[in-house]
Amino acid sequence: MTGMTIAEPGEGKNTLLAVEDLTVGFRTARGYADVLHAVSFRVEQGRTTCVVGESGSGKSVTCQAILGLVPRNGRRTGGRILFAGMDLAAADEATLERIRGRGIGMVFQDPLGSLNPLHTVGAQLRETLRLHTDLSELQRQKRALDLLAMVGIPEPEQRLASYVHQFSGGMAQRIMIAMALACEPQLLIADEPTTALDVTIQAQILDLLNRLKAELGMAILFITHDLGVVAEMADTVVVMRHGRVVETGPAARVLSAPEAPYTQTLLAAMPRLDVAAPVYRQRSAR
Amino acid sequence: MLGRHYLTKIVRGLLTIWIIVTFTFIALNLSGDPVDALVGDQASPEVIAHYREKFGLDRPLWQQYLAYLGSIAQGDFGLSLSDQQPAVSLIAAALPHTLRLGLLAFSVGLLLGIGLGIVAALNRNRPIDRFVMSFAVLGFSLPNFFLGILLILLFSLHWRLLPSSGDATIWHLILPAVTLGTHFAGTFARFTRSAMLEVLNKQYVVAARAKGVPRPRRVLWHALPNAAIPIITIIGLKLGDLVAGSIIVETVFAVPGVGRLLVNAVTSRDFALVQAILIMVSITMILANLAVDVIYTLIDPRMRAARAES
Repeated sequence: MTGMTIAEPGEGKNTLLAVEDLTVGFRTARGYADVLHAVSFRVEQGRTTCVVGESGSGKSVTCQAILGLVPRNGRRTGGRILFAGMDLAAADEATLERIRGRGIGMVFQDPLGSLNPLHTVGAQLRETLRLHTDLSELQRQKRALDLLAMVGIPEPEQRLASYVHQFSGGMAQRIMIAMALACEPQLLIADEPTTALDVTIQAQILDLLNRLKAELGMAILFITHDLGVVAEMADTVVVMRHGRVVETGPAARVLSAPEAPYTQTLLAAMPRLDVAAPVYRQRSAR
Repeated sequence: MLGRHYLTKIVRGLLTIWIIVTFTFIALNLSGDPVDALVGDQASPEVIAHYREKFGLDRPLWQQYLAYLGSIAQGDFGLSLSDQQPAVSLIAAALPHTLRLGLLAFSVGLLLGIGLGIVAALNRNRPIDRFVMSFAVLGFSLPNFFLGILLILLFSLHWRLLPSSGDATIWHLILPAVTLGTHFAGTFARFTRSAMLEVLNKQYVVAARAKGVPRPRRVLWHALPNAAIPIITIIGLKLGDLVAGSIIVETVFAVPGVGRLLVNAVTSRDFALVQAILIMVSITMILANLAVDVIYTLIDPRMRAARAES
């Protein structure tokens, strides 16, 4: 297991992203409700931080908030999001537009829905490059080809002229990753990027992310509810529940000796090959 | 094959025209004798018989029908009963007036409607959205004759700013084009708003934002083309309303176009002319549908693929 030597969050001096006391609320039909309560965690340079938790725990809202993508009825009411010496929580839209796709790339759960069905994959890749780089049209085309090759897509030339309906979910996610990494961001936010994929494809995508992380030296903020994926990816784990951070720590420690009761329950709920029935008997006896 | 897809469409279109020709033939024959309307009720039986023979109305109905189909197939739509000119040349004289007014009104409707629809969608549930939607509902529910007369009262009679009848200059066209255009704008605004609202929440628009695409480009390059399919469908259907609308607006504003020609032809039971106009209108509708279909495939690669397979 990697990441054994990582210091507890807050102590590292290589902090790339620091979320401090982030509080976000939503206006709903039944009134105003906070969905994030003073969430704090750090992402170290070149490391993978996994945010794990059940549905509705606030994982996705947290990463939306980092890029200022919280839906219109939501609002940040407190806290800071420090990235590269800047407070993203206080940044205006123009500043955020420069960070999005350039300093921080993002991939989503539904790769087939994340690509525009009416434009070629190449046009969308080149769009990212045109927004954030000074490359000429020819250079952009070449860079797009290199990016597709980088994420392991065969016949990239032909693929650039294809539309999303001609791709499988796994292929589309590779393209989304290529697009997110087009401008070599320091941080990649991956919001459940393998949840919608088959298990074998999921393993391929995780391998790809680990390989690119090593090659490009970026940090990854990985959102998932799958503890198996956490074990595969994480250097640091942030466990969330009901909009609060329940536990933070190095992956090896959190997974082997969880401190918070919720983390213990979460780990106990994971099916295991070596201990079959007792886990469930124990829970139902309560 | 793509060719076969369009061949089917064209054959279906011809079938539609045939049904329309047959239907109007029956309907007009049921509505009474055109010679009565032409010569008046004081005419002697000899005169009536003369005209009946002249227009072939003395023959059995099925012979008239077959003869009519035959001449239509050769492009001969017959002579107008009232002024003895070929029906086609009467339409040809009126058509430019209708086209000019119709295109102007349609452009007003498209620009205003799509623009307002986008603005409303981007400001959903805010006051500006409510204002735009109130305008839209008003625009498409106000009858054309009412809005037309209202505009004449205000701009021609009260303020004396614009002429109220004819279409000699661009100034003459403003009031009728606004009357007809407001109706289209209302419809297009409502459809654009709902189509845009649906598309703006799609994952690919969020993903575009997440990679730093500024809002104007997100709206125009990512969202609008995806919202265009339902909008274009409505535009195709509304081309039919253009004819219906121009009948009223041309009458209100005394524009010598096809709409007014049709009204006159119907009141004088000008059999050949009504037939010819209806065929022209249905051909327009069929061509509009075909154009909509072609535009679909230009916009959407998935439709292109589906058409190529079928």
